[in-house]
Amino acid sequence: MGDHIRTLAEETVVPIRVDSDIVAARQHGRALASRVGFSPGEATLIATAISELSRNIVHYATYGEIIVAAVENGARRGVVVVARDKGPGIADVRRATAGGYSTSGGLGLGLAGVRRLMDEFDIVSDLGIGTTVTATKWKL
Amino acid sequence: MPVPILKQRDYLIASIQAALNDEDLKRLREALVAQVGEFRSRGVIVDITALDVMDSFAARTLRDLAHMTRLRGAETVIVGIQPEVAFAMVQLGLTLEGVAAALDLEEGLSYLDRKTRQGVRGVSR
Repeated sequence: MGDHIRTLAEETVVPIRVDSDIVAARQHGRALASRVGFSPGEATLIATAISELSRNIVHYATYGEIIVAAVENGARRGVVVVARDKGPGIADVRRATAGGYSTSGGLGLGLAGVRRLMDEFDIVSDLGIGTTVTATKWKL
Repeated sequence: MPVPILKQRDYLIASIQAALNDEDLKRLREALVAQVGEFRSRGVIVDITALDVMDSFAARTLRDLAHMTRLRGAETVIVGIQPEVAFAMVQLGLTLEGVAAALDLEEGLSYLDRKTRQGVRGVSR
């Protein structure tokens, strides 16, 4: 993220442990997106991205957190979603974000799909240490 | 939150009322597959108008549900996919492959009526 992008005060951290936490995380994300001024349709895209990211945490890492926050860059406002876990990490990040790749019998669409739903997407993953995905959507 | 399942004529109608977690979705799948046998239903309608998000797990569970009920002799149709949910599904690359969809409950019922009538004609021939 560039220096000029500022995270606003409003930030929610949702611990992700069991599948009902997935629902809580995406509801927080949708509520924040609406407050930032996203349309219901755009808020659905953000909520769907959060659902996939938190699902990855439950399936692969068993524990982690989703942070949703409002961001602004000059006149532009947006929502940033950070999915952080201390799970096994991803061996081949490039393949995992290219689509059609999965090691847990899932659809293998998760990360590639999240990249398409959001405007900016960044992933840092270290084997044995964990994975952090940062995805931002800007209001047009 | 359990999803209420109504029995109407030869059909089962499940109306999702709120956001569902994975367990709720799996329970819905099991309940419909079981009740198709219990009530000898010919068709199943799953109304997802109130579903907040269709992610890869929800799509896979609904697809499995449709394929499982078909193996038990009942057609499933998904109704009420909202425009923004449809948009998110396409962006995410989710397809409900081999699963019928209709605009709303009314269209879903007429789809099943056509489908099951065809089935009856097919047998009598």
